Amino acid sequence: MSQPFRTPYPGYDVLDKWDSPSFDDQTREVLRARRDPPPRRFLDPNQFALLEALCAVVIPQRRPEPVPIAPFIDAALHAGRGTGTRFATMPPERDAWLRGLEAIDAEARAAFDGRGFCELVRPKQARLLRSIDRGDCRAPEAWQEMPPQKFFRALLLKQIVQIYYSAPAAMSEIGYGGPASPRGYVRLKVGQIDPWEAPFGTWEDQA
Amino acid sequence: MTQDAPRNDRPRAVNGHAPDVFKREGQVPMREYPKNAPVDFVIVGAGCGGSVLAAKLAEAGMSVVLFDAGPFFQPRRDFASDEREQEKLYWLDPRISDGDDPIELGANNSGRAVGGSSVHFQMVSLRFRPEWFKARSKLGYGRDWPVDWREMWRYYDEVEEALKISGPIRYPWGPDRGRYPYREHEVNEAGLVLARGAEALGVDWAPTPLCTVSAPSGKSPPCAYRGMCKIGCSINAKQSMPITYVPRAIKAGAEVRDLAMVGRIETGADGRATGVSYYRDGKWRFQKAENVVAAGYSIETPRLLLNSSTAQHPQGLGNADGLVGRNLMVHANDAVWGEFDEEIRWYKGPPSMATCEHWNYADDDPSKNFDGGYSFMSQGPLPGDFAGTLTSSTGMFGDDLLEAMGRYNRMAGLKMVGESMPQVDNRVTLADETDELGLPRAKVTHSFCDNDRRLQGHGRKFMSRMMRAAGGKNLFETQSTAHLMGGCPMGDDPETSVTDDMGRVWNVDNLWICDGSLMPTGGGVNPAMTILANAARIADRIIDARFD
Repeated sequence: MSQPFRTPYPGYDVLDKWDSPSFDDQTREVLRARRDPPPRRFLDPNQFALLEALCAVVIPQRRPEPVPIAPFIDAALHAGRGTGTRFATMPPERDAWLRGLEAIDAEARAAFDGRGFCELVRPKQARLLRSIDRGDCRAPEAWQEMPPQKFFRALLLKQIVQIYYSAPAAMSEIGYGGPASPRGYVRLKVGQIDPWEAPFGTWEDQA
Repeated sequence: MTQDAPRNDRPRAVNGHAPDVFKREGQVPMREYPKNAPVDFVIVGAGCGGSVLAAKLAEAGMSVVLFDAGPFFQPRRDFASDEREQEKLYWLDPRISDGDDPIELGANNSGRAVGGSSVHFQMVSLRFRPEWFKARSKLGYGRDWPVDWREMWRYYDEVEEALKISGPIRYPWGPDRGRYPYREHEVNEAGLVLARGAEALGVDWAPTPLCTVSAPSGKSPPCAYRGMCKIGCSINAKQSMPITYVPRAIKAGAEVRDLAMVGRIETGADGRATGVSYYRDGKWRFQKAENVVAAGYSIETPRLLLNSSTAQHPQGLGNADGLVGRNLMVHANDAVWGEFDEEIRWYKGPPSMATCEHWNYADDDPSKNFDGGYSFMSQGPLPGDFAGTLTSSTGMFGDDLLEAMGRYNRMAGLKMVGESMPQVDNRVTLADETDELGLPRAKVTHSFCDNDRRLQGHGRKFMSRMMRAAGGKNLFETQSTAHLMGGCPMGDDPETSVTDDMGRVWNVDNLWICDGSLMPTGGGVNPAMTILANAARIADRIIDARFD
């Protein structure tokens, strides 16, 4: 069991640069529009709750206002927007998500005395996901021949983390410079940072 | 995952105007051609092949209509500093990816915009090694090009000048070449990691020749080192097609039709092309043409030829011998990542500022256990991109993932561009299912061969040694692919190739191909400059043939 993550950049917030030349109008417009997550329209309430629980295991957020992730996955599924790739071993994206969510719940029920994924405590949820990633499945029929690891890594994990790490809160947490247009960066070498970047971070292995 | 709201759904190159790419708002005048009178050339695809061809043919006085399935973007208005919003630059309509080693499409290689993948390419501008043009005769593998390397090298000069490539004064590998038009960029720390490692191992390295200007050029400001090249350059420092060859084409009288998906090349009773059927602004239309050029890259070009079958061409155009779509190649894009004590901050500057082509030229090295070659470059992925790489290759999540991403600023990486062998069974075919327009979706089948795997293994091992030599710790490796090449190779023999040496489809004398699908071998470098140079060459061949 890993320790809760602590950011190496406490106090840094890319949004502090909002009114600076690091942000252009089109970026401000996109981020502003994203403040209000789209309403749930594709998944049913139970499926959506399961997706939210999965997002919380994949990206544990200990902040007062967690970055919303599930609504954006639901919105893309509603709009039928994909990634450009459908692996031949996978059904179309919407079917893959519906089947995958159902299968994860079935795995939970098979492994934990009939309890669904949302009813499990966080460590048990994480353990279940790790066994799915290993292909160690107890409800193989629920996957209907969809490869569990492919669904888990190529769709579920990837989409959740890509949404999270494009959020300003996540950028701040890892010390990323954030939006940079029209102003970019000047100091490119080690030991150099521009005044509009995060100050140097601190890590436990360097403490 | 894609942008959150649909945008850019109406054509913008309309009513005698095209967007002015150098401004947030505003337009430039553009000529328009009637649909029922034949234009000299219809070109399908405004990427590196089609844009160069359109500009040069229009400048030679020909009437040209340049189609693209994607929008005509105005970078200063449409390119946000946001990874999700900018997914609109990729071809996100599903293709089916099959085979033992199915490749990832979309963001990985396919553009959908006026400018094609040049809008989101990472600007690495390398030349083919001369021997690769005769890989079979000189190096004993792959296929020969029907073109002499010296001719191609003259066209590299031409396109490097047109795009003001910024590169080093002395390039360590290959035959002597002139100076790059613009001086090299200052190398960022991620690039210096490669430099340090190369020096420790005793191999050469170079600042990467890049397709973004190091000083002002025309209406382009110099590169601001934003590091968001893969999601589109919002300041126009990148010399992509929509700010270079496309404006040239429009100025010379070509018409661009954006958001126009060409579904079929139509042919007449004599078997020759008569024009194209395309879907734009809500309905199917037809443009008459004397000549048709397919320039949609290695998936859409074969898809279009295959989908244009008639009683006279029952297997599709140019496909009497079943070759269309075969010999598709990708580059192995394996990478080695490591952590450093200091903050590298690899997000600053273009993603790949230093390169090593050692293994493209070291034929006699005793450790070399593969045919072909590879180059590799320093890396600087954006957070979402890197998080996707981490999770899809390790399955990591939760606090472990947050912790690993927490080291983002201390990471560096080396990623290879590894040559893969042309194989007939790596191919594009039409799937049974259709897209929203009723066109059969493309199915892409891809498997690596043993040689490909040996090359990848060698590359990962060598990059790991270099990463350790540079001070990297806790290394991990990832596997991926990048770039598409081949699918409709050109050649001297109609029985083994789809077109002749000028891209003319065997047996349909007014049908042409001009894009990366013509490449018979892939080489171990990013293909953009080779596609551009080949397009510039084909343009001159067409112009000479008409006006001699």
